[in-house]
Amino acid sequence: MIEGPGTGWLTLLQKELLRFWKVSFQTIAAPVLTALLYLLIFSHVLESRVAVFDGRVAYTSFLIPGLVMMSVLQNAFANASSSLIQSKITGNLIFVLLPPLSPLDMYAAYVLGAMVRGLVVGTGVFLVTLLLVPGPLSIAHPLFALAFAVLGSAILGTLGVIAGISADKFDELAAFQNFLIMPLTFLSGVFYSIHSLPPFWQALSHFNPFFYMIDGFRYGFFGLSDVAPVLSLALVAAAAVILAALALLMLARGWKLRH
Amino acid sequence: MSVNAVEAIGVERRFGNVQALAGVDLEVEKGEFFGLLGPNGAGKTTLISILAGLVRADRGSVRILGHDVGADYRAARRALGVVPQELVFDPFFSVRETLRIQSGYFGLRHNDAWIDELLHHLDLTGKADANMRSLSGGMKRRVLVGQALVHKPPVIVLDEPTAGVDVELRQSLWAFIRKLNRDGHTIILTTHYLEEAEALCGRIAMMKSGRIVALDSTQNLLSRFAGVTVRVSAARLPADWTARLLRREGTIHYLGLGDYAELERLLAAFRTEGIAIDELALAETDLEQVFLRIMAGTETTDDTRPVVTVPEAL
Repeated sequence: MIEGPGTGWLTLLQKELLRFWKVSFQTIAAPVLTALLYLLIFSHVLESRVAVFDGRVAYTSFLIPGLVMMSVLQNAFANASSSLIQSKITGNLIFVLLPPLSPLDMYAAYVLGAMVRGLVVGTGVFLVTLLLVPGPLSIAHPLFALAFAVLGSAILGTLGVIAGISADKFDELAAFQNFLIMPLTFLSGVFYSIHSLPPFWQALSHFNPFFYMIDGFRYGFFGLSDVAPVLSLALVAAAAVILAALALLMLARGWKLRH
Repeated sequence: MSVNAVEAIGVERRFGNVQALAGVDLEVEKGEFFGLLGPNGAGKTTLISILAGLVRADRGSVRILGHDVGADYRAARRALGVVPQELVFDPFFSVRETLRIQSGYFGLRHNDAWIDELLHHLDLTGKADANMRSLSGGMKRRVLVGQALVHKPPVIVLDEPTAGVDVELRQSLWAFIRKLNRDGHTIILTTHYLEEAEALCGRIAMMKSGRIVALDSTQNLLSRFAGVTVRVSAARLPADWTARLLRREGTIHYLGLGDYAELERLLAAFRTEGIAIDELALAETDLEQVFLRIMAGTETTDDTRPVVTVPEAL
């Protein structure tokens, strides 16, 4: 029996990873297939009709980083939120609440678990879509791409923690997902460059935080973006810090977890 | 001075309009086998939840082995093992995985020797690799006991641990808990089975409406209320004796009497009022009778010297 500080949160992280790994067909294979279907359909219909970045990038190539990032974000959110709501509703969250885990321990474990799920699915989508890309796909600034993927998954993992704690029913979580996460992702420029939008919608897109994640991630591939990548990075990092502080505050207060 | 296993001072907690705990003071010494009894809604589970850090007290303080459950929660939780009342489990894992994960949460890795011992004592060795979903209710309950014990806590709280566990397994479970108590673990038990509490607990607190209304050794509680319980089947009771009623099931009345001399006066009253007795039996006082008498008593503010309405002869 070895007692070590820090093994508590590592165990919770390990549990979070095991949880989705045991049902990987549903948690990894399914979202990869969904992204692949999006790619097949949209690229088939739009490849010859839509010009992005003034025709400097083929539409299918443009779409791939968008789909990768969308998969990262959605799966990071799904992992943390579904784990928490399931544990709350079945009551087994008590196993996490009884041990000497600090709010930071819990936050780190749930968010890192979510990030791993998001990044694994994103990598899967990337590898599968590579088979379909017309010609070699450049990665102009891999570190930028990585930074946005990591920060984006952390933000959505954190949102998943916040939603999982706030929701009392699956219904409420589904509302969070369908009325907030999904529209923000779909309207963030996954499928199009916002420069192709009318001015009003273009301006509105700048208030969508997801837009900066997708745009910055795409910059990592093509070296081209709708807004300056450093600005996107700063905004995304700030959002990550603010949301993390909120989630940590909720955990420290025990809001909806400890009465 | 030796530190207490549990020390609660002036603990209050309100949920909306319900005063779940209305000022509870309690000390449980190290090594005790302590019983916490009371009807549903008396505040037992709220008190236990506060010990475990699942619920926060509005007022008062709680310490586990001297560690405040709020300020020093890590040490307090490490010292405590809780078997929750609800039959909960994580359907993703096997029995062994469940115990390993729970062990890891407490910072303990490579704890398999103790996990194997737990599995053996809880009669779960054959089910170690079975998924939690496939287990019967009684088995799930035993896994919960295992999870509570996986970090060898010096203080163990069992909230209704034998609900749904069959008689044979209940015996082996108690044998194991007794052994843990002999090895120095402090045990705090809530149960609806009063005969279990009577057989196991050295000291008992009885709760009612968020207060402790009786707190004494099991022996003292039994002897304080020594007397005779009469089970009498009749259409009604003589008018002067209705205040002595402990419990009624249809035409069967349970009465608490101080001694046998009172029995003669009771029978005389039946004769005087011309009420026919269909059946009559006597029983020695057991914890259930004590419990019923205390619960029938009036509210009390003093938890060590309860003001209980009992017959003068007692």
